[in-house]
Amino acid sequence: MGYVHIKKEKCIGCEQCVVVCPFEALFMVKGKVEVEPEKCRECRKCLPVCPTEALYLERRERRGPPPEHGISDIVVELPPELGRYKGVWVLVEQEDGKPHSVSWELIGEGMKIAQKLDVELSAIVLGEGVEHIVEEAFHYGAEKVYAIDDPMLNNYRTYPYTFAMRKLVNKYKPEILLMGATSLGRDLAGAVATSLKTGLTADCTKLDIDTGARVLLQTRPAFGGNIMATIICANHRPQMATVRPRVMAKPYKDDSKTGKVITEKLALEEEKVKTKFIEFIADEIAEVVNLEDAEYIVAGGRGVGCKDGFGVLRELAEALGGEVGASRGAVESGWVTYEHQVGQTGKTVRPKVYFACGISGAIQHLVGMQNSDVIVAINTDETAPIFNVATYGIIGDLYKVVPEIIKQIKNHKTQAMKEGE
Amino acid sequence: MRLIVCIKQVPATTKVKINPETNTLIREGVESIINPFDTYALEEGVRIKERMGDGVVTVLSMGPPQVESALKESVSLGADEGILLSDRAFAGADTLATSYALSMAVKKIGDFGLIICGKQAVDGDTAQVAPELSERLDIPFVAYVRKIVEITNEKAVVERMTDHGYDVIELPLPAVITVVKDINEPRIASLKGKMRARKAAITVWTAKDVQADEELIGLSGSPTKVIKIFAPKSRGKGVSITGEPPEIVDTLYGHLKDGHII
Repeated sequence: MGYVHIKKEKCIGCEQCVVVCPFEALFMVKGKVEVEPEKCRECRKCLPVCPTEALYLERRERRGPPPEHGISDIVVELPPELGRYKGVWVLVEQEDGKPHSVSWELIGEGMKIAQKLDVELSAIVLGEGVEHIVEEAFHYGAEKVYAIDDPMLNNYRTYPYTFAMRKLVNKYKPEILLMGATSLGRDLAGAVATSLKTGLTADCTKLDIDTGARVLLQTRPAFGGNIMATIICANHRPQMATVRPRVMAKPYKDDSKTGKVITEKLALEEEKVKTKFIEFIADEIAEVVNLEDAEYIVAGGRGVGCKDGFGVLRELAEALGGEVGASRGAVESGWVTYEHQVGQTGKTVRPKVYFACGISGAIQHLVGMQNSDVIVAINTDETAPIFNVATYGIIGDLYKVVPEIIKQIKNHKTQAMKEGE
Repeated sequence: MRLIVCIKQVPATTKVKINPETNTLIREGVESIINPFDTYALEEGVRIKERMGDGVVTVLSMGPPQVESALKESVSLGADEGILLSDRAFAGADTLATSYALSMAVKKIGDFGLIICGKQAVDGDTAQVAPELSERLDIPFVAYVRKIVEITNEKAVVERMTDHGYDVIELPLPAVITVVKDINEPRIASLKGKMRARKAAITVWTAKDVQADEELIGLSGSPTKVIKIFAPKSRGKGVSITGEPPEIVDTLYGHLKDGHII
């Protein structure tokens, strides 16, 4: 295992990293942060909170072969008018005035890219009555916000949103434009990229920048996660990508931060928009499953064996204050509903602890949970691929192990309560 | 009304391997199928035709000559005709170049009411071609349609699936939609359908046939380039815990507690 490294000259002693480190691996010595390598688990929590980028992880791929695609062989032949495109933009997606958390993750990621390029990070806020989202964008780190507030942007329709984005891009010319790979983001990004005649990379899970060429290196899974591809858009601007939710870390929120707002008018007549929004019908909610924000997820797969088996998983989830997840196999067997599904065709999650119970670990499942801080796998089959990604691998019967965990948690809770008295 | 269904031929499995020496995909010996999401688009096209009492279902695809088999299969599933865009000049297209080529084919087909696509292909997983195609043709677009409530020659009312429910949207035709799995259950080819497919002639169009600008198709029309492919990195093997359940859990709990995780 590696550990976080510190550029001492950059550390300003703000201690923010010390506060967020869940493993107490960071501590202060004479006003500068130090690391205890054995404790560091490379969870990366400290990286985005550092205001001066004093913390970094050594890139492992550098040590071993093979030499990667030489970055120097990216040839950029930008027409002069495209060379003027500067800055990194993030679309803040909102529905009903509620921003999607992927937008903040993208602001965090966009900031890193903007710093490498030495440009501004701006957020785009579109909607009706969205001033509060403008504020929030600053709190998460946007330096500038471009906003269009218009009743026609209230309910999402591809055309007016594409119109608004095209207007802003053509006027202010960003070199990079990022959106969430949500259903809305993927719908909108395709239309925007085509109307701007530029390239678009879908559903990225890693972004980096070739600083020399100012080219965005966009890495994404394909073939259901069986291969990864790095894609560039060297000769068109803006370089556009949608990014998968819950893959990038959410940045630290600072309510005192503010910035410059630039408001534009939509200036679009309703007659020009051919699609008519009639109404929104909410799902009848049998149960609310909030996997994306859960800190603990107890997930079951085919190994659970039956519908009733999820009872014990639910019990553990409740004891932890978490949610129940499932593999596609368990969902297709009808043991739990689709809302619980984690993976390529379900949700991507990033909890503190992911318990994978009776889940073999097909690649399609792994892509949805491998960014969890800690993975505990419980499986009777010791050759199950889930053990390749598990932080803690337990070869055993989940029906024996899970009740023990519940017992242990309850014991500790009562103990803690007694101590509290 | 003419309904155009866009399909893609994809490998039957997503378990592709990379040749470590050349860093390219190993495609030999992998069977091809119609992209599963596109089968819902095709079924919906056939159902609309049946519902309206008349119409033509045209299936359109772009790819190498062997894609003809996917178009024939579409005919066995109820399509009236298949058109294949096939030309070396189309090779290496990204979604922007693909949407351009398809839009030129649609223009050559001429009169149509609705273009139906699957929500995404299982190999590339981009979900980009349909919105790009609508933008190319400058006609309305609605993604993730789970139901066509009403359809006439002039307009359609559809339900668009969202994360927490669905939107009801009215759109004038012609238009482009993508459909999700919930919309229908695709039929299995009938014997009669299979007979028809065997006799069906698939029309093949080259870049010239659709008057495509060579600068806008294939590699030269693609702003994005894949510069590297690689196998996903594993996060590395962790600690294995063995023993009787109570001891296992004690050890696990100790680890989690030490890490301040619980």
